[in-house]
Amino acid sequence: MRVQLLTSQLHFAPLSITSRLLSTLAVLEQRDGKLQSPSLAAIAAAQKLGGSVTGFVAGSGIKGTAAVEAAKVKGVEKVLAVESDAYDKGLPENYAPLLVENITSGQYTHVIAGHSAFGKNILPRVAALLDVQQVSDITAIESEDTFVRPIYAGNVILTVQSTDPIKVITVRGTAFQGVETEGGSAEIVDGKDSQASSTTEWVSEDLAKSDRPDLATASRVVSGGRGLKSKEDFDRLIPPLADALGAAIGASRAAVDSGFADNSLQVGQTGKNVAPQLYLCAGISGAIQHLAGMKDSKVIAAINKDPDAPIFQVADVGLVGDLFEK
Amino acid sequence: MASNLRILVPVKRVIDFAIKPRINKTQTGVETAGVKHSLNPFDELSVEEAVRLRERKGPLKVDSILALSAGGAKCVDTLRTAMAMGADRALHVEIPESDSGSGPEPLTIAKLLRGVVQKENINLVLLGKQAIDGDQGQTGQMLAGLLGWSQATQASKVEVKDDSGTLEVTREVDGGVETLRAKLPMVVTTDLRLNEPRYASLPNIMKAKKKPLEKKALADFGVEDKRRLKTIKVTEPPPRQGGSKVEDVDGLISRLKELGAL
Repeated sequence: MRVQLLTSQLHFAPLSITSRLLSTLAVLEQRDGKLQSPSLAAIAAAQKLGGSVTGFVAGSGIKGTAAVEAAKVKGVEKVLAVESDAYDKGLPENYAPLLVENITSGQYTHVIAGHSAFGKNILPRVAALLDVQQVSDITAIESEDTFVRPIYAGNVILTVQSTDPIKVITVRGTAFQGVETEGGSAEIVDGKDSQASSTTEWVSEDLAKSDRPDLATASRVVSGGRGLKSKEDFDRLIPPLADALGAAIGASRAAVDSGFADNSLQVGQTGKNVAPQLYLCAGISGAIQHLAGMKDSKVIAAINKDPDAPIFQVADVGLVGDLFEK
Repeated sequence: MASNLRILVPVKRVIDFAIKPRINKTQTGVETAGVKHSLNPFDELSVEEAVRLRERKGPLKVDSILALSAGGAKCVDTLRTAMAMGADRALHVEIPESDSGSGPEPLTIAKLLRGVVQKENINLVLLGKQAIDGDQGQTGQMLAGLLGWSQATQASKVEVKDDSGTLEVTREVDGGVETLRAKLPMVVTTDLRLNEPRYASLPNIMKAKKKPLEKKALADFGVEDKRRLKTIKVTEPPPRQGGSKVEDVDGLISRLKELGAL
């Protein structure tokens, strides 16, 4: 009886102490003052951890824009804002020291960002400066130090425990959703500006403009592969279908490499991860690298003329036939 | 100050991209014995880019291309491949394989690379954007952080602009591309669309056997193989329910309606 009591105390005591001290800095991504969707995944994951959640946002004029948006997100207790146009482009040479300064002064136990181009670029640099080993692209949180992440193009699921004092983590957007963007009332305070200068200069950008839903967060995705044979056919068949369904457009690596579609549309291990309600793919064989990016979709529909294509092993609905005839 | 390019290309030996990995019986890792391995596809791109920088005869000449691999004895094969593609010499940092078969962590490799960069007076490091086994995508950024150098990740174009060592790199970001400009020294990680790696020709494979390959240990660079992440378990992802096939488009649409997807 006594032993049992002791074990239960031993078990609970350290846990309650640590959970009281647990505090997370969610690194928020903004573009032209607008909060970007990977930020919400970072907040969702931070909330799952259980401790206090502080948002961090940097850029020009953000105290009137992105920081206000972040303060309204339910579950965010405080928003650290650093106003300076030096951080608008998210250059890691000055953004990483900025984060390190704010992480150290705020004594956060966890630092979380979305596994987007922004998060992937900056967070490992932050982790190295803090001398900790980052945990990338997690899909689940088991406890404050134990995380689940896919490896080998999603063919293997790894559960790891971090022994580092600060956990630096990027999260997969499709695995952390459901943040309420209204109803919160966090206070906005000035973060520390480390004023490091960037050794890199931003020159220009070329972003594909689209009225369609964002690929990473769309509820429906229509995706084309090498089977479409040419850019003309891709453009002739895929956009009208996507528009009819109100879907975002995706593509396989083969389609992107062949120049049928822009690389920002690539779904898969090294492209985007999507988990829509409906993933409809045409002319995609289903290589493991592609499946890695879409197999968490609710319903997968496939059109392919090869009845033995591996895509049919994961598709809920399959149609064997020439996609040009439909 | 103008100086020629001295390039370091870290390469990793990974299970071939076309092979579906199998989990070992103790659920601690992936079966690696007897499984085909090859050069990480993104690292092929960085070797290729290093060789092209030499062939392009841009404002800066390439003085040397050093390939490096850290891991078990078989990494030598990977290094020979890199030299057959055009690397001048190679460094094998031997790290005994752990029981779980997993390699050292990115932070350890980044610290090793920092040591190599300093010892070999490197001014450009070209790495793959991620290894296709661990899928972590961290080493290049960590190295740049440790060195305090400029970084350009997921590069789809690398251009040497002038002889003072200005580089312009186009990188792939969400929704498109952006272009950055920085001065050497610099860390660049490669993305798929950067180039089309060449095949090593037979004569070059023969020549690569004679190129110098040096063996070192982590300790030579003052680094230890410290593991911060403990593997709790390794499992298969939940399998998807096999679906049904339909005859025509109408069938497809009605089935999707049944499933609530439309």
